Amino acid sequence: MESMHSWPGEITVGEPDLTVELCGVRLRNPLVLAAGILGTGAELLARVAESGAGMVTTKSCGPAPREGHPNPTVLDWGHGLINAVGLANPGVDQEVKTIARAKDLLSPLEVPLVASIFAGTVEGFAEVAQKVDEAQPDFIELNISCPNLAAEMGRPFACDTGDAARVTASVRQVTTRPIIVKLSPNVTDIASVARSVEHAGADAIAAINTLGPGMIIDVHAGRPILANKVGGVSGPAIRPIAVRCVYDIYQAVEIPIIGTGGVSDGRDALEMIMAGATAVGVGSAVRYRGAEVFGAILEEMRALMTSVGYGSLVELRGIAQV
Amino acid sequence: MLPRPMTIARIDQPTRKVKALTLHGRLPAQPGQFVMVWMPGLNEKPFSLVDDDPVTLAVASVGPFSARLHELEVGDRLWLRGPFGHGFDIVGEYALLVGGGYGVAPLAFLASRTIGARRKVAVIGAATGDELFFEHRLAGAGCEVVLVTEDCSAGEGGVCTDVAERLLQDETFDVVYGCGPEGMLETLEQLCSELGIPGQLSKEAYMRCAMGICGSCERDGLLICRDGPVFPVGPGT
Ligand SMILES: Cc1cc2nc3c(=O)[nH]c(=O)nc-3n(C[C@H](O)[C@H](O)[C@H](O)COP(=O)(O)OP(=O)(O)OC[C@H]3O[C@@H](n4cnc5c(N)ncnc54)[C@H](O)[C@@H]3O)c2cc1C
Ligand SMILES: Cc1cc2nc3c(=O)[nH]c(=O)nc-3n(C[C@H](O)[C@H](O)[C@H](O)COP(=O)(O)O)c2cc1C
Ligand code: FES
Repeated sequence: MESMHSWPGEITVGEPDLTVELCGVRLRNPLVLAAGILGTGAELLARVAESGAGMVTTKSCGPAPREGHPNPTVLDWGHGLINAVGLANPGVDQEVKTIARAKDLLSPLEVPLVASIFAGTVEGFAEVAQKVDEAQPDFIELNISCPNLAAEMGRPFACDTGDAARVTASVRQVTTRPIIVKLSPNVTDIASVARSVEHAGADAIAAINTLGPGMIIDVHAGRPILANKVGGVSGPAIRPIAVRCVYDIYQAVEIPIIGTGGVSDGRDALEMIMAGATAVGVGSAVRYRGAEVFGAILEEMRALMTSVGYGSLVELRGIAQV
Repeated sequence: MLPRPMTIARIDQPTRKVKALTLHGRLPAQPGQFVMVWMPGLNEKPFSLVDDDPVTLAVASVGPFSARLHELEVGDRLWLRGPFGHGFDIVGEYALLVGGGYGVAPLAFLASRTIGARRKVAVIGAATGDELFFEHRLAGAGCEVVLVTEDCSAGEGGVCTDVAERLLQDETFDVVYGCGPEGMLETLEQLCSELGIPGQLSKEAYMRCAMGICGSCERDGLLICRDGPVFPVGPGT
C-alpha cells in the first residue's frame, strides 16, 4: 500500500498536470484571458482569475485615450462574433493605474498579468511599452494585428515581416520583461512573420488575432450593421484557422505560443496544445459560457485527459505535428 | 443573434418628453431585461422593455439618439437585439415598486408579471406633474399608485425615496424593486440595508456588446449588461 501514499503537493496518480511554464513564468494552468475581453478593470481581471484563468490580459491600450467606434460594435452572427470596438481605451497614462491595481489583486492568486499595447507607429509602441513597463506587468503583449483600424492606421504591422520585426525590436530596447507578439491570421505566410519577430527579440507569440475583416449586411436595411462597416471575426468559426496557424508557427520558431481563436471547451484547448501551443487564449467563449468559462474548460480538460490517460500538457504539446 | 427589424404599430406620448413605442411582434423576456435598439446609420443604444408582447419601449428624449426615436412614425422600423441581462426575480407577497424618471418603464413590465403578489404599491416620482407617466399602466396591473413631485404639482411633494422610506417604516414589504437615477438607487440601497429588506435595483452604464464580453459596462468587477442590469441589495448581499 506504500505506493498509494501521497505527500502534500505531490501530484496523485490520475490527476493530470495542467501547469505550464511560459518564458520562465509558471502558470497554474494554460488558460489565458485574451486581450479585449473583460480586460477593462482590475476587479474584472481578478474575477476572471478567480474563475480559474491561469493568466489574464488587459484590454489593449495605446498612447492616448480613444473613444473607439460608434455602436453597433459587437455582434453575435450565429457561428462566432464580429467586432469593431476600435481599440477604445483610456490611454496608457490612465491604464498604468489599472495595471498596477490589477497586479495587487492578482498577486495573491498567483495569476500573472499581460499588458496588451498598441500604437500607430514603431516609436509609439516603444513609448507605450516604456510607460507600461513601470506598472510591472508580467508580460507585455504587442497588438500589431487589429484588423478593423485599417482605414485609420493603415495595414497592420503584423501583415509585413519587416514592420513586425521593427516594432518588436523597438520595444525590446525599452523593456527587459518578456514580450509576446500577437500575430494576424490575415497573411499568406504566418510562419515567416513569426520567425521575423522571434529574430527581433520576441519571447513568445500569441496567435491569432481576429480574422478578416469581415462584414455583415442587414438585408432589411440594405447596409452593413457595424458602424465601422467591417470588423474582426472571432469565435468557433475561426478555430480551424487558428489551429492551423499555431501548427505552422510551431514548426517555424523555438519560442512558446499562446494559441488563441475559437476555443470554447476542454477539447478545443487540448487541440491547440496538440497543434503546438504552450498556453491557450480564450476570448469569445466568454459570450457563450460567461466569465465562469475558465473553470469549466479546466474541468473538461481534466476529465478528457483522465479518460484518455494523458498525464500532463507538456507531453501533449505539438504531438499532432506529423 | 443579429438585430431584427420590427415595425412601429402605435405611438403614445404620455408626457412632453416621453414616447411609448409599441411594435408589431413579441420578444419573450423577463421584466428588467433590455434590448439594444439600432437605427441604421445613427447608433445603437440600450432600452428597457415595457412589455414583451407586443414589444413596447418608453423613450425619454434627452439627446441625439432618443430625439431621432421621437421623430419616427407608425409603420417605421427599428432594429432590436436582445433581450439581454438579468432582470427582476419575482419574489414575495408584498412588493414596493419605486421608479424615478423613465425608470418607470421596466417597473410597468414587472407590475404586469407580479400577478401572484397580494399587494403592490408603486411610488413614481418626477420633478413636476407633467412628467409623470404610466400611472394608468401600473394601476391597470394591480398597483396602488402613489405619485410624488418635487414641485408638489401632483400627488405628494418631495422625492420618491422619501415616500418609499415612510412606507417601508410604516408597513410590511417583502421586497423593494427600483429603477431610476443613480442618486435615487443609492438611497434605496441604503434603505434596504438599514431596514433589512431585500431589494432589486436596475442600474445603467454605457454599453457596447451587451453580452458580457467587451467590459464597457463594468462597475467594480460586475457587468451591468450581463450580471445586471438588475442587482440584489439589502440583507445577504
Ligand atoms: C440598461 C439600460 C436601460 C435603458 N432604458 C432606457 C429606457 O427605457 N428609456 C430611455 O429613454 N432610455 C433608456 N436608457 C438610456 C438610453 O440608452 C440612452 O442613453 C438615452 O436614450 C440617451 O441617448 P441619446 O443619444 O439620446 O442622448 P445622449 O447624448 O447620450 O445623452 C444626452 C444627455 O442626457 C443625459 N441622459 C441620458 N439618458 C438620460 C435620461 N434617461 N434622463 C435624463 N438624462 C439622461 C446624458 O447623461 C447626457 O448628458 C437605458 C440605458 C441603459 C443602460
Ligand atoms: C470584442 C473583442 C475585442 C477584442 N479586442 C482586442 C484587443 O483590444 N487587443 C487584441 O490584441 N485583441 C483583441 N481581440 C481579439 C482577441 O483577443 C482574440 O485574439 C480573438 O478574438 C480570437 O479568439 P476568440 O475566438 O477566443 O475570441 C478582441 C476580440 C473581441 C471579440
Ligand atoms: S456592454 Fe460589453 S460587457 Fe457589458
